[in-house]
Amino acid sequence: MPALPLDDAGPYVAAAYLVFLALILVYVGIMAAKLQRIEREVSELADLAARRRPGTAAAPADDDDRTREPVESDVR
Amino acid sequence: MFGRGLKFLSILTVVLVIGAFALVFFYAPNDADQGFVQKIFYLHVPLAIVALAGFVAGGVYGLRYLRSGDNAHDLRSYVAIHLSLILAVGALITGSIWARASWGHWWVWDEPTLVAFLIVFLLYACYQPLRFSIEDRERQARYAAVFAVVAGAFVPVNFMAVRFAQAAVTHPRVLDSSDSMPGEMALTFLLCLAAMALLFVTLWKYELASKHASIRLRQLRRQLAGDDDALLAVPRSAAPQEL
Repeated sequence: MPALPLDDAGPYVAAAYLVFLALILVYVGIMAAKLQRIEREVSELADLAARRRPGTAAAPADDDDRTREPVESDVR
Repeated sequence: MFGRGLKFLSILTVVLVIGAFALVFFYAPNDADQGFVQKIFYLHVPLAIVALAGFVAGGVYGLRYLRSGDNAHDLRSYVAIHLSLILAVGALITGSIWARASWGHWWVWDEPTLVAFLIVFLLYACYQPLRFSIEDRERQARYAAVFAVVAGAFVPVNFMAVRFAQAAVTHPRVLDSSDSMPGEMALTFLLCLAAMALLFVTLWKYELASKHASIRLRQLRRQLAGDDDALLAVPRSAAPQEL
């Protein structure tokens, strides 16, 4: 077949690259949902651990934990 | 464990993917024969090559699992195959769009390269159901590793069979013709291939880190569970659940 003119070829090229973008976005979205689930499970486990040992203080930070993100207990 | 270096890798991947696509549209010349629609080549071919390489990598990790019994290799194999399937879907759809624009058909059944790729895709589409059908974790990992090794060996054999069987094909042969590509096209193609490979590695590491975190959480849950059976319940899954 002869080469398609730019006006006709443009939508096909755009569609191909949009499919790629959509695939990546869907994948990232699924990963984000999984991350949320992990976060929720961490909260549940933290609550459970607190219920099991009501008098226990939080564990001290590791030596190599200098660059950690602020957590809820830091804010209080 | 699996998340080391992810920040640097992510930045490098974004830069390389954007750079490669910029070269596609602003540097590489239009193909004399196909015109602007040939730009799909820079996406479709790296997707297909990286997907096939990912399937082979899944087989290599499957073999390492069978030799060592290390569940981390089973997880690596599982994630590599999972990601390769996603890229293969991308290769099939973009290839179909390109075929429609170039040949006037979405799919051509008498074209061996297309059918061979579809066979490989359908073969690997059985991987997750196979894993899900086996409840025992050890058997699941072992059978999945055997599948990954056999199917991984089938990928290059299939590829070579298509090459040797056909004298005249419609589908372009990139690896044969890369020497005759103009310098700008070859450079752009190689950069796109590198970007896609890096994207694969980055997403592979992201998913490994996510799965590893889930597995560690489950182990913690088990340690904290005590007599609480509700906390010990592990949902049936195709993904590895132990490390």
